[in-house]
Amino acid sequence: MSNTLNHAQAAANFIADEPRTNWHNETLWFVRQKRDKAAHGLPEWEKLREWASQIKNHTLSHLDEYLIEFEKNAKANGVQVHWAANGDEHNRIVYNIIQQNNVTKIVKSKSMLTEECGMNEFLHEKGIDIVDTDLGERIVQFRKEPPSHIVLPAIHLKKKDVSDTFHEHLHTEKDNHDPQYLTEAARQHLREKFIEAELAMTGVNFAVAETGAFVVCTNEGNADMGAHAAPIHIACMGFEKIIPKAEHLSVFLRLLARSATGQPITTYSSHFMKPRPGQQVHIVIVDNERSKQLGRTDFKNSLKCIRCAACFNTCPVYRRSGGHSYHTAVAGPIGSILNPNIDMRANADLPFASTLCGSCSNVCPVKIDIHDQLWKWRQVLVAEGYVDTTKKIGLKGMAYLFAKPGLYRFAGKAGRAVMRIFPFLVNNKLNAWYKQREMPAPPKQSFRDWYIKNKKS
Amino acid sequence: MRVGLFIPCYIDQFYPQIGIATLELLEKLGCDVSFPLNQTCCGQPMANSGFAALSKGCDKNFVANFRGFDYIVGPSGSCVLHLKEHLHDDQFPGEAEHIRKHVYELTEFLVDILKVEKLDVSFPHKVGLHNSCHGQRGLHLSSMSEQMLPAFSKPEKLLGMVNGLQLSMPARPDECCGFGGTFCVFEEAVSVKMGKDRIEEHEANGVEYITGYDESCLMHLEGILKRKGSPIKTIHIAEILNGKA
Repeated sequence: MSNTLNHAQAAANFIADEPRTNWHNETLWFVRQKRDKAAHGLPEWEKLREWASQIKNHTLSHLDEYLIEFEKNAKANGVQVHWAANGDEHNRIVYNIIQQNNVTKIVKSKSMLTEECGMNEFLHEKGIDIVDTDLGERIVQFRKEPPSHIVLPAIHLKKKDVSDTFHEHLHTEKDNHDPQYLTEAARQHLREKFIEAELAMTGVNFAVAETGAFVVCTNEGNADMGAHAAPIHIACMGFEKIIPKAEHLSVFLRLLARSATGQPITTYSSHFMKPRPGQQVHIVIVDNERSKQLGRTDFKNSLKCIRCAACFNTCPVYRRSGGHSYHTAVAGPIGSILNPNIDMRANADLPFASTLCGSCSNVCPVKIDIHDQLWKWRQVLVAEGYVDTTKKIGLKGMAYLFAKPGLYRFAGKAGRAVMRIFPFLVNNKLNAWYKQREMPAPPKQSFRDWYIKNKKS
Repeated sequence: MRVGLFIPCYIDQFYPQIGIATLELLEKLGCDVSFPLNQTCCGQPMANSGFAALSKGCDKNFVANFRGFDYIVGPSGSCVLHLKEHLHDDQFPGEAEHIRKHVYELTEFLVDILKVEKLDVSFPHKVGLHNSCHGQRGLHLSSMSEQMLPAFSKPEKLLGMVNGLQLSMPARPDECCGFGGTFCVFEEAVSVKMGKDRIEEHEANGVEYITGYDESCLMHLEGILKRKGSPIKTIHIAEILNGKA
């Protein structure tokens, strides 16, 4: 990650194109408003969030039991279950299945887990190319970009960008920006891929312990097209996707799409249970540092996440900095509390990419205290030494000053005097405040000075 | 009722008129107010930057200054929230706890404790309200657009008592302004962009003033307004509520 820009630098580059930033902000705010409208339509909304939160809390504290129950029931259904300790192992399991079956044509519906594991790149190096079939994913795949949003992977792109990309890869008419035309081109292209696919990969939204079944939610039906047409289905899931009972879906399915896009439910909520005659179904259950997060008392409940991205859409920082500024598979506020667990050094900037406004925690359908965890990660990162020296020196000085009232008053008075007499000492390029903002006008007397003169008897 | 007046460091240094307005307002409403002279800071700048471990000396000083009051009141939502959530003193844990439970942001103190229903002031201007996040989402000074719960607002209730004041809310009534403490310099680009967007919504409403209960947000907005030469001014809610009849 050493050559990756940190969030602040990448965000500054994004904002340099202000009209595009405005468009990005407005587009995601529109999604947030759709979410508000959908949530307002349910009088029991806040109750549903509470139930979802409690089901997830319970599940996380009995994870071992439910995972074993799920494995047992899935196997009884004829599904092959694999366990992967990390991303590498996950990729190797998938690669082995591909090799054993000697397949080359593979389609995949959206799975953030495979992004997290870097699976496409891993397989590409082995000479295997996977076709992402989610429209947004396919667009960014053509462009060799990572998704910028976990639900709307190409939300950073405009119609013109898509038109240019399709012109290059699908030979659509140049400068035809008509969404219907472009979508139809993608549809024809993907239809071919579905028909010839020998293996289909999907993610998992919910895995039900009591039945061994799993549910995949999409709006495009691409998971179903793949899984129903190809003779092999591999579904990959982080181990936190487990829920105890099928009836719990009645809570989560009502929350997921409303929180994500404002729809009452995703167009397809597909339940997969048993292989068709002659079909292979594999499930890969992945840890990849999740058990480490589960062991962190302050951060454990980040694993409640159902990947709706409501926190992305509401985040005023995300909307103005774009998903790529987070330089991780899962961006946004939730990514900023998940990724430091995976790699503290590489992701030390992320918990600071927030004003701690708290809007993320308020929209979260499973009530993760995201902004409190951002605050707590900051404490951990500083304690572990992942913060730059200038910041450290500055804040240490500040702490010293505020512990010594006399020194604080002297510094305040001297500082204000300097600002009045030598304004150029603060009004310059080295002062990040001054770059686009005026400094407050320094008064001659502080409130305390006034109080002593006027009030103290 | 003995009230300890807590004036956040940057208000003490840069905005003494807000301290004066807060003091006068509380006295007018019958409180016995004192300002402990050795107060400095609540510790928030260090803690929000990840250095909570370094704010022990600052916390200790706060407790030494504010022990023994019935209530502690300050004109800043975020400083008060920080105290409520994080003030600790190993030597005087009981005193620290008393402070955590009795520290109030000014508007919530006026509405919830003093139960103010009437104010004899006027401010004949078109005013936009900035709902600062920590006061709103942390202290629950008002309902929040994300939650599906009954609407209320303590600052709006108070502004509603001011004669001639025409309140207008921005299109996004509770979006963050981008100040965010040290965020405003370490994430300068996003911070300023967020501030500009807030201002644009208030400009669209044609307001003369932007008010709020957190001067840190207003200071950030003021900096941007002044740089663009805007006629819109910022004013702390204490200054309006302590105005002339």
